[in-house]
Amino acid sequence: MADRSHGSPEHSGTVAKPGQGEVQKFQDPGLPPHRPRLADVDPRAEKRAERQVGMLFTVSILGTLIFFFGYFFIPLDETIATLRLQNLLLGLGTAFAMLGIGVGIVHWAKTLMPDHEVSEDRHVLRSEADRVDAEKIVGDILEETGIKRRPLIRNTLLGAGVLAVLPAIAIFRDLGPLPGDVLKHTMWDEGVRLTRDPSGTPIRASDVTIGSAFHVIPDGLNDLEHKLEEKAKAVVLLMRLNPESLAPSPGREDWGYEGIVAYSKICTHVGCPVALYEQQTHHLLCPCHQSTFDLTQECKVIFGPAVRPLPQLPISVDDEGYLVATSDFQEPVGPSFWERG
Amino acid sequence: MKALSQRRRHPLAAIALLLMGLLVTGGIYAVASTANEAQAQTAVSASDVEEGEKLFVANCATCHGMGASGTEDGPSLVGVGAASVDFQVGTGRMPLQMQGPQAQVKPPQFTDEQTRQMAAYVASLGAGPAIPGEEVLDTTGEGVDPANGGELFRVNCAMCHNAAAAGGALTRGKFAPGLEGVSAKHTYEAMVTGPQNMPVFNDANITPEEKQDIIAFLEVIDEQGSPGGADLGALGPVSEGLFIWVAGLGVIIAFTVWLTSRSS
Repeated sequence: MADRSHGSPEHSGTVAKPGQGEVQKFQDPGLPPHRPRLADVDPRAEKRAERQVGMLFTVSILGTLIFFFGYFFIPLDETIATLRLQNLLLGLGTAFAMLGIGVGIVHWAKTLMPDHEVSEDRHVLRSEADRVDAEKIVGDILEETGIKRRPLIRNTLLGAGVLAVLPAIAIFRDLGPLPGDVLKHTMWDEGVRLTRDPSGTPIRASDVTIGSAFHVIPDGLNDLEHKLEEKAKAVVLLMRLNPESLAPSPGREDWGYEGIVAYSKICTHVGCPVALYEQQTHHLLCPCHQSTFDLTQECKVIFGPAVRPLPQLPISVDDEGYLVATSDFQEPVGPSFWERG
Repeated sequence: MKALSQRRRHPLAAIALLLMGLLVTGGIYAVASTANEAQAQTAVSASDVEEGEKLFVANCATCHGMGASGTEDGPSLVGVGAASVDFQVGTGRMPLQMQGPQAQVKPPQFTDEQTRQMAAYVASLGAGPAIPGEEVLDTTGEGVDPANGGELFRVNCAMCHNAAAAGGALTRGKFAPGLEGVSAKHTYEAMVTGPQNMPVFNDANITPEEKQDIIAFLEVIDEQGSPGGADLGALGPVSEGLFIWVAGLGVIIAFTVWLTSRSS
């Protein structure tokens, strides 16, 4: 380490002093000298550029023709091969139609249009006189309308303005009925049979062998007019595992049947279908955000952003051996909502 | 039908007719038998079982135990059926190369004959799903409906295997494999036996005819390819996003450079 305990900064020669680091004032270099382009000096290059631009516009014309050829002259039968061909022609056609015009115009401007540099000086911003003028105009308008002198007009205008907005509420209300309590109930009820998705055929308890997974919809769903609205809430995954690996909590002992359990397929995070069942680990994985539910712990969340376990559908077996629900879900299915509580 | 009538003098016509006959007999048989009953076994002899046992003791018993009763390292194979052995050994998943999240496909380690013998041995230990016969795997027959297969696939299979059957990830290193190029027999066996973490789709859940439809659907999408050109592995936003970020932004940058450059 150098000895810096003696002397003063002014005389050390290592410390910057005023005036020492000053540079020459920066000079504006101005615009570079104008360099003519090839097309400016060589008539043949100019002709060539003209032809190139024309060619690019022709490419655009051809692209549009290709589009219409694909649109009108590719008959769509039932195979994917013709669909693929049509897709290809429509896509290529539009791409060339747009690119041809765009690239052509840019090429035209760059090679043939004048290229002298222009600088525009910034004009002076608002002057005080302008501001006073504008203020006077507003004041005149207020004065001439007489809104300050005529409270009747002012008040009725205010009233009309406020009321005129209200019909919007009625119009938005007509977009649909309020959801009411539909989010809290599903089609499931006591005695509703569990049926296969999509055929709607009932399932016997003996059909569900250990390790099986059935995708289930409630009986009668396929007969509904708006069946997707009900299906979105009522889909269930039915699985059978060794009864010993299930440990139902008090009050839920009779919600399954000999190791057969049914859980809502709607993720409690944002409502994706949780149907990735691993039959050895008994994990249910949601494909959207990787929430993982453990079937042996009543679908407790063991990983991921979901916070509530999947709701369980209490099931039993009817006289004919078919699986039936013994009630609706005991809690709303799917993601949280404002009034869920 | 027109294409069919044109080919009626084809040298393979007799074979096709024979296959169709087999299919009809098989179909009637399948309807007659109850849903959960094990299907007709391919003929096995006592010597097959004996040879299979020797192979099993030499190659599998380390993990699965003598008599396939299971050890800490491997499950018991009593009652898994011939289909399970045919799938696991026929696709090279077994014998396991190493412990891991799941057994991976590799070139099969045994000949078809040896696989058949081991399957016969394991089937002799307890009843289980049999190797499917040709008649349930033939998807050219009448009444096979790939569209229905597609719907069943989307309900039962697509959440793990992807809507385009390209496969997908599961938890902790496990995955559902892509199904392109998987033989009809192995697809069928996988549905019946539920290998590894795949659930079982027994004949009461998806009937043999429906399984046939699903296999037909897989064959159709294999043949037809993607409806929109390059499918980038059909893996969805990851591969498509990567492509558009790299290629799309690259093109935009190239255009920007060209737009602002001076013409020569």
